[in-house]
Amino acid sequence: MPMTMTQKIIAAHTGAEAVEAGELVEARVDLVLGNDITAPVAIREFEKIGAQGVFDRKRIALVPDHFAPNKDIASAEQCKTMRDFARSMGIEHYFEIGEMGIEHALIPEKGLVLPGELVIGADSHTCTYGAVGAFSTGVGSTDMAAAMASGLAWFKVPKAIRVELSGALSGWTSGKDLVLHLIGILGVDGALYESLEFAGQGCPTLSMDERFTIANMAIEAGAKNGIFPVDALTREWAASVSGRAYREYSADPGAAYSRTVAIDLSSLEPTVAFPHLPSNTRAVSRAGNVSVDQAVIGSCTNGRIEDLRVAASILRGRKVAKGMRCIVFPATQKIYLQALREGLIEAFIEAGAVVSTSTCGPCLGGHMGILAKGERAVATTNRNFVGRMGSPESEVYLASPAVAAAAAVAGRLVDPSDIFPAPARTRANKEKA
Amino acid sequence: MSIKGRVFKYADNVDTDVIIPARYLSSSESAHLARHCMEDLDPGFATSVRPGDFVVALANFGCGSSREHAPLALKASGVSCVVASSFARIFFRNAVNIGLPLLECPEAAEAASKGELLEIDLGSGSIRNLTRGCEHRAAGLPPFIREIVAAGGLIEYTRARRPAMAAERGIPWMRKGALCDTL
Repeated sequence: MPMTMTQKIIAAHTGAEAVEAGELVEARVDLVLGNDITAPVAIREFEKIGAQGVFDRKRIALVPDHFAPNKDIASAEQCKTMRDFARSMGIEHYFEIGEMGIEHALIPEKGLVLPGELVIGADSHTCTYGAVGAFSTGVGSTDMAAAMASGLAWFKVPKAIRVELSGALSGWTSGKDLVLHLIGILGVDGALYESLEFAGQGCPTLSMDERFTIANMAIEAGAKNGIFPVDALTREWAASVSGRAYREYSADPGAAYSRTVAIDLSSLEPTVAFPHLPSNTRAVSRAGNVSVDQAVIGSCTNGRIEDLRVAASILRGRKVAKGMRCIVFPATQKIYLQALREGLIEAFIEAGAVVSTSTCGPCLGGHMGILAKGERAVATTNRNFVGRMGSPESEVYLASPAVAAAAAVAGRLVDPSDIFPAPARTRANKEKA
Repeated sequence: MSIKGRVFKYADNVDTDVIIPARYLSSSESAHLARHCMEDLDPGFATSVRPGDFVVALANFGCGSSREHAPLALKASGVSCVVASSFARIFFRNAVNIGLPLLECPEAAEAASKGELLEIDLGSGSIRNLTRGCEHRAAGLPPFIREIVAAGGLIEYTRARRPAMAAERGIPWMRKGALCDTL
């Protein structure tokens, strides 16, 4: 029976010729990931297993990013638990602050995930690595513990929704607008237990950073994973981060999909998700008069170099509106340094934004930008649930870096093209496409 | 074995940020999680829930983050089973892995209201609403999942297989079809 791309990667990791949707399988994992919130629980569970050591010291990655740099004593204890465990087990990919970053930007940057690989992470946004043609999905701490001991994880083989992309993005629209639009169509459980498999002529026009943003939010439609076909751009990216060999998989002709959603990239507009669901989307041009207290630009969704370039192109030479706070979080140390060298950090600071070290910080209401009762933020992050960024009586509007930066200048939600000339599209891959 | 308890009823899309807000994630200690469980959605929950009670909700219960603290907080609160029209997938596997019983049953979830008394038989999936005098039946869990639950959770399941896995060092995974074997 023809298989989807996701099913083929799962099958290859079970040793079986084929798997079918709905089947429960146990698969070998190429990488197990955890962070400072989920790993301490996993370590406690791992110790109960009584294993002598981890299944493979090179296939576990531990990243202190959520409440790191340590926000308080309790967080410091959690980071220490993870650090001590990494040391005692000889885990190779433990990233101390200084070499770290937000896990889902860091793991691909370090070349720890390549096409065709199978990754589980005790973090729901582990689905990000579908951008490179890997099967990756979020699990819990107990799954992480069992996989650290056994190198195995159980899965229900997912069905898939095919997302057929055509055209190309234009003006200020970005991968974030596409994924918000898609979540708006599907709803927050529209892809429950399913894969989102991206396909079509529109895929090669998307940069790697845009694909990371899109795959990252697959979970926001309830999906198990979101996955892009491997193309020339993926191969070029893979060669730039790792010399490891990898295998490419593609969906079989005739593979079954539960439904197909067609999206013309050229028809998209800058989009915003209103509180309190990521599916509560509308074009920012129809947002009405929504004043904003804080703009957050960064996160595992939108803290990559292209995101910072877009935000800087709007903020450069302008000022953050009086009384408005704008916080920029480059996603990794490497991205931060590159932004510094490109003059982006200077543009942010001169505009009156603050630039923070890499951390998940405000995205989950952890630290570094918590909202008070009645406050409203526009954020390039991924969730806008009640209390997500602080007070249960605050509000989060999800948007692209362009919309967030424009809001920082205007003090309210605006369509960037109303105020700022649309950018020249500089995507390197655009010419190749 | 059947359990009796009261219903705490919620709507669609109860997310893990309201089940246990991130500001409490700097500890995973049971009493701490129980104290703040459901705080942003139902501030009275933590003080009024009693051992054996049920959380009943509509679609997509547990959506959002992968934090296992969410099912741990419910379990620590004394919740004996969560009944929902559907579950978000990471919450579902986390609950299975830590041994918090779940039943997926849209009819029972829609029928129940706050404060009603239910009697649930986890073995058969029967959900009797004693207040209303009606009964619904949830779909059973697949055999592989039942095996994990029967072992007492994924840790115990993995523990039981550890010697066999060590013996197979070098091929630390199983072939398809060998799933429910003890190797």
